[in-house]
Amino acid sequence: MIIKHIRDIEELKKISFNIRKDILLSLAEAGSGHTGASLGLADVFTCLYFAVMNHNPQDPSWPKRDRLVLSIGHVAPVLYAALAHAGYFPKEELMTLRKLGSRLQGHPGRDHGLPGIELSTGSLGQGLSVSAGMAIAARYNNENHRIYCVMGDGELQEGSVWEAAMSAAHHKLDNICVIVDRNKLQIDGKTSDVMELEPLGDKWRSFGWQVCECNGNNHEEILSAFDTTQELNFKPKIILAHTLMGKGVSTVENDYRWHGKAPSKEEAQRFIAMLV
Amino acid sequence: MMHYVNRGSKPTKTGFGEGVLDAGRLHPELMVLGADITASVGLDLFAKEFPGRFFSLGIAEQNCAGVAAGLALSGKIPVFSTYGVFASLRSSDQIRVSVCYNNLHVIIGGAHAGISVGPDGATHQALEDIAVMRALPNMTVLSPCDATQARLLTRMAVEQLKGPVYIRFGREAVPDFMDGNMETDIGKGQLLKEGKDVCLIATGHMVWEALQASYLLGKSGISARVINIHTIKPLDSRIIIKAARDTHRIVTVEEHQINGGLGSAVAEVVSQNYPVKMKIIGVKDTFGESGKPEELLKKFGLNAEDIVSDVIHFLNDDH
Repeated sequence: MIIKHIRDIEELKKISFNIRKDILLSLAEAGSGHTGASLGLADVFTCLYFAVMNHNPQDPSWPKRDRLVLSIGHVAPVLYAALAHAGYFPKEELMTLRKLGSRLQGHPGRDHGLPGIELSTGSLGQGLSVSAGMAIAARYNNENHRIYCVMGDGELQEGSVWEAAMSAAHHKLDNICVIVDRNKLQIDGKTSDVMELEPLGDKWRSFGWQVCECNGNNHEEILSAFDTTQELNFKPKIILAHTLMGKGVSTVENDYRWHGKAPSKEEAQRFIAMLV
Repeated sequence: MMHYVNRGSKPTKTGFGEGVLDAGRLHPELMVLGADITASVGLDLFAKEFPGRFFSLGIAEQNCAGVAAGLALSGKIPVFSTYGVFASLRSSDQIRVSVCYNNLHVIIGGAHAGISVGPDGATHQALEDIAVMRALPNMTVLSPCDATQARLLTRMAVEQLKGPVYIRFGREAVPDFMDGNMETDIGKGQLLKEGKDVCLIATGHMVWEALQASYLLGKSGISARVINIHTIKPLDSRIIIKAARDTHRIVTVEEHQINGGLGSAVAEVVSQNYPVKMKIIGVKDTFGESGKPEELLKKFGLNAEDIVSDVIHFLNDDH
């Protein structure tokens, strides 16, 4: 069944809460993984899978589905939690994250058979090119589905991203929508210290993209941002979603040391108690 | 065994371009990506006939490889071609992850293979591409010996394979000598000439040089078998093991570094199945340089006369 879009903000918040809870539990069970950005993106993923994308968890290869390309492969825990909550696979399977033989690889791996995974990723800066290929094919076939590509802000330092950005604008791929997790942090620290990205919106505008910014932890703002991307105006779309790394757990929030660290099982319980 | 005759020299890139056009006419899902050197890699034929299925992506090989992956995921058969140096190295991580890890049917054309590229010099002479491509899981690596075979294998790669494939071809006109009706199977070597004293195993244009070398060796009373390996991966271990058993001496010849190429692939089979002495002829861990193709083949020891003296040396040095 095609998933029914939810516009009730309280309901979406509840889903985000549960997704965060499962991110923490699965990461604690795995003993490793990327906590910060996974928590930060929970609201964006809730909106994508429950209010924006057309998709069918019972038929993951439905040709008319919107595609989600996780270019920032290391936030796999938020993708897995969203997929499980949408009904692609049982939620208990989230606890196999990163374990030997699991369909939930550390970074998404298509050939491991998890339903809902469009592309194996993990090496940063590749997803937008693949999205452009999908968008070219969709347009050639006169298909109306959209390609949503989730990227990290640090990832935008990869040169190949800008090759892809140029090509999407050149080919007028208005069926692409990029969502950037603009949390301003990366492994070595602040993006402004590691490698300045600003003026980020201007960069994309100058490449021919339609740029929109929003608070990526506010469901209303996220939904209105997606609303602005529906227009077919020959421009690829990008949403700079300003998020808080670690959103929802005050001791993790905005602390780059939580980029690639998992909570212990005790910490996970404490963090879940802190979630609102 | 037949005698091989040059019907007229032709670059293998022409065969690749014709093969893409053949396949494109039969398969509407075939799409071609341009990386600014469309004519130079033989794809102008397709671009002219099917402009709606040709997408220009500029000088951006990394993006090209990713776009190809996206097309393949959407049921298209993408062909992405650039010079082999760039295909194998500039975009190698995209090919590893987006193409090979996802196991997608992407046809990657590697042009300007080998030292015979000529005056453009070292940066444009692909000498490491076999090593890189054959190390990638899921990848098939093809290296046709002439234009006729390049055309045939290109179409076969489109029609018969399901995963990623790298096809290596050259810029210089080289003898076109293969019979298009000869049995050709991806993954199977071709016995071109019988022989019992030594077996020359070659790939690409070096197959022609090896054949000429075997005729010259025959005049010195040395009976040299010649095998064409047009599929470097998966490698036909059966034909190689048989050659090792029958001739006890194997010489490989390729326009590629002696590290990691055909010679290494053959040595992996020989050493683990039927160890015999081997000689690997190729570029000896150096960069190429400018010059006319024939001058370069001579300088780097890759023409028939050089192969003959290497083989004689190898057989005499035999303890």
